[in-house]
Amino acid sequence: MKPPPFDYYPAESVEQALEILARFGYDAKPLAGGQSLVPAMNFRLAQPAVLVDLNPIADLAYIRPTESGLRIGAMTRQRAVERSSLVAERAPLLHETMPHIAHPQIRNRGTFGGSLAHADPAAELPAVAVALDARLRLQSPRGERWIPAADFFVGLFTTALEPDELLVEVEIPALPRRTGWSFQEVARRHGDFALVGVAATVTLGPGGTMERARLVFLSVGEGPVEARQAQEALAGQSPDPEVLRAAAETAGERDIEPVGDIHASADFRRHLAKVLARRALAQAVARAQGSNRADPRP
Amino acid sequence: MAQRTTVTVTVNGQEYTREVEPRLLLSDFLRHELGLTGTHVGCEHGVCGACTVLLDGQAVRSCLMFAVQAQGHRITTVEGLAPGPDPEQLHPLQRAFWEAHGLQCGFCTPGILMSMVPFLEENPDPSEEAIREALSGNLCRCTGYQKIVEAVKLAATMGTRER
Repeated sequence: MKPPPFDYYPAESVEQALEILARFGYDAKPLAGGQSLVPAMNFRLAQPAVLVDLNPIADLAYIRPTESGLRIGAMTRQRAVERSSLVAERAPLLHETMPHIAHPQIRNRGTFGGSLAHADPAAELPAVAVALDARLRLQSPRGERWIPAADFFVGLFTTALEPDELLVEVEIPALPRRTGWSFQEVARRHGDFALVGVAATVTLGPGGTMERARLVFLSVGEGPVEARQAQEALAGQSPDPEVLRAAAETAGERDIEPVGDIHASADFRRHLAKVLARRALAQAVARAQGSNRADPRP
Repeated sequence: MAQRTTVTVTVNGQEYTREVEPRLLLSDFLRHELGLTGTHVGCEHGVCGACTVLLDGQAVRSCLMFAVQAQGHRITTVEGLAPGPDPEQLHPLQRAFWEAHGLQCGFCTPGILMSMVPFLEENPDPSEEAIREALSGNLCRCTGYQKIVEAVKLAATMGTRER
């Protein structure tokens, strides 16, 4: 189908975009890569009266090092994140996740910030942002604020963004020492929306026990779902296969409430969640143990 | 009265200026405003890949962009691959699809070609697995992909020969 009529405002700067958003309120929608918004408009599921095109804003596309982490501009193309050696080095979990997002043709256009702001429960980036304790910078005519990724996602396609606010930047802290990571997902075909996916990090303490573990699912709820009970069960434990298996079981049984749809039943999603969580934890632990030997930092 | 905007785009090396509604998709702009019907329209929600074109050299879905967003950019469509209609003028990738029988009905072919051109430029000697992954964003309902994969492999060897 064809999209409904709208008025088009290309923005040359963040300030100009904010000014247009403030003028039109709920009638206006920011257009980033358009890889989710334009299909929604073609289906007429979304009918914004005004589109504020962020693509001309050149200074929102960057990947910069911080002291030990990264800052990524909201309009950075997903393809640029995928190919960044800085991301590979400083946010390997993010690096490993990128090829799972749709297809190259979509990643060439889709943006890092756009995927976060869209908050599709089946999207990879929201889950990874939560797992990495990313912080998001939101700007409005009233000023700016930083919000942790875990507080940014509030429900189905819903974020903490106010109508006059724009997501402009994402800060990703460096992983703590002796931390391993993993991203796992199952999709019917490469590039399809995942039936279930999970991002994991495990940080080992001095005695080799797990100081902290993060397990964040996608496609099993209304947004990224943190497996809190599993995470608590893992903290302080020795990373034995039996412990990881039990935590994965807890995650699949108690931390998530998947629903069935045409692609997979709720039971199958639970099953996948357990298997993927176990694999993700095992890989994260192995990498954390490996980094113990390989880590050149003091 | 809907807003209309002037857009100037370079398509296959030629500059075009048109006055369009902002809601006009780039795919429809190419087909209906410029008459370049080689770009096919399948699903119009970014799944089938039939409408793939190059935007500043990178493969994108032309159904997921508005024509006004192409303002000042460079677009290449399937019509831009061969300089002329004679078989010997075909792009090596097109010749490989011909020789390896990489199509049946041909509806998906323009999108596949436009996806594979940048892929082969970046991966001159790709593995079969890499080819299949690169093709994953283009649906073909005739071939089962086997001959398409063979055509891309053949194109890779032809490309190497020519270099």
